[in-house]
Amino acid sequence: MHFVQPIITIWQREIIRYWRDKTRIFSTLFQPLMFLVIFGSGLSNILKRGDFGVDFIQFMYPGIIAMSVMGVAFFSTISTVWDREFGFLKEILVAPVSRTAIAIGKTLGATTIAALQGLILLVIAPFIGLHLHLLMIPEIFFLMLLLSFAIAGIGLFIASLMKTTESFGLLMQILVFPMFFLSGAFFPLTDVPSWMMVVSRFDLLTYGVDAMRQVFLSAVISPQIAQRLILYPIYINVLFLVIFSTVLVSAAVVAFSKKT
Amino acid sequence: MNIIEVQNLTKRFGEVTAVNTLSFNVQKGEIFGFLGPNGAGKSTTINILSTLLAPTAGRAYVNHFDVLLERDKVRKSIGLVFQDPSLDDHLTSEENLRFHAKLYGVPKAEYQKRMKEVLELVDLWNRRRDIVRNFSGGMKRRLEIARGLIHYPQVLFLDEPTIGLDPQTRAHLWEYILKLKKERAMTIFMTTHYMNEAEYCDQIGIIDYGKLVALDTPANLKRKVGCDIIEMKSGNKERLKEELQTRYQTGVKERGQIMQLEVQDGEKFLPRLFNELDTQIDSIALRKPTLDDVFLRLTGRAIREEEASAKERMRAHRRMHRH
Repeated sequence: MHFVQPIITIWQREIIRYWRDKTRIFSTLFQPLMFLVIFGSGLSNILKRGDFGVDFIQFMYPGIIAMSVMGVAFFSTISTVWDREFGFLKEILVAPVSRTAIAIGKTLGATTIAALQGLILLVIAPFIGLHLHLLMIPEIFFLMLLLSFAIAGIGLFIASLMKTTESFGLLMQILVFPMFFLSGAFFPLTDVPSWMMVVSRFDLLTYGVDAMRQVFLSAVISPQIAQRLILYPIYINVLFLVIFSTVLVSAAVVAFSKKT
Repeated sequence: MNIIEVQNLTKRFGEVTAVNTLSFNVQKGEIFGFLGPNGAGKSTTINILSTLLAPTAGRAYVNHFDVLLERDKVRKSIGLVFQDPSLDDHLTSEENLRFHAKLYGVPKAEYQKRMKEVLELVDLWNRRRDIVRNFSGGMKRRLEIARGLIHYPQVLFLDEPTIGLDPQTRAHLWEYILKLKKERAMTIFMTTHYMNEAEYCDQIGIIDYGKLVALDTPANLKRKVGCDIIEMKSGNKERLKEELQTRYQTGVKERGQIMQLEVQDGEKFLPRLFNELDTQIDSIALRKPTLDDVFLRLTGRAIREEEASAKERMRAHRRMHRH
């Protein structure tokens, strides 16, 4: 019984800290919107002349959401490194609770924060001209949660091994950009060189983007046209995300227990 | 009744033996002072007793629970105030306490009452809604003590609780500590660098190179030094040192710019010293032994000296023993 309570307690602290840090909320919202404005405006006119078949913003927005969710989930797990640096981790580690409960609480904290941030972007979507049905929101929110959970797993795994914020930040940078660019957030992976096709399948963000994109596109185009822009049916994507998150979160729990 | 029992405790880090066959007991309700130079093994011992570190050999029991086999029970029995701050300073005082209370399974119905009680004890009740970041060092320390108490531990570990605090805050903190001992019969296990603070302890253990070199009450320890101390300053220190050594052979010590001479019955010895000394001296003082002297005698160095790092000291010690 004294397993759930610590998870909730640790999760709650992450949420309180996130809520207090208004700068963090706004800056993490600003970045994806900036991407959207710059890339969206820069590319949509060129694409209109070609035969893309769908509004580019509608195509790219799920990618933007996935990027934002990934960034926030990663960044939120930095709290473990902070706790270590500022001494608070000792207070947690000496408490009569299992390391597993602590690691899960931390992961769920980052998951919640990232998914909430994604939800804000989703709510903004109709106001910048995207087509969205009300029923799509729970569907996408579920996918965001799943994606955040897996990313938070990677984040906590790395955070458990890193001693300083600097090294954590550096490694994050190295990981985030390739994961983002290979995920098909900007261009369909249906028409790329074969090496990229292979590499992108190892990028869990690919499955998140692909799944969310299908939901987004279903609002504007027929499944036949959408078929040209997507990789797998949603259930396959979900399956991959579940496998990724199970492996990554387990690795994080083990790393956290061993290294602290 | 023993609340802490330590039997042949040993901890090795690779080649270095940080704690070496340590044995001692701490009685319920006493203040136990754990003293030693930097790197002597104090923190390692505290980390083992608080289950953060597993011993290489030996056993230790806190509140009758084995620190290796019954970790969670030990953890519930102890409160810890670390040497370095360990509060979340984005949270308020109350949130820090609530976080702690929940992790330690304090019943919800009890929590409000206990929070008020511990915050009042350390005079922070009216700051309960304030974010910790803006607190002074002394306030943070007091809040950490309050937090360490909210789950009603049997033993409170204080690792250098007054380090970095101004003398006034330090005195206040001691009021709280003594109040805890008196009103709650709380057992307190503490390390300190301040010898005048060690005077408050019921029992003192002195550790050096991971071994216990003394274990007694402060009064008994001072009695063991057994003699008075004469301190002299001279413009020609080397000559004074030489003369003291040839004339009195034993009890001569050099301590920075000061030469020390340990003698029996210092009041009677002073006139004799004035008659016999040839070297010019600038000043002279006679004093009774303090815990500093006990420490110096047992470990060969003053507790505040920090010129050699713990590692260097350890290395020098090993070299010495090899030859």
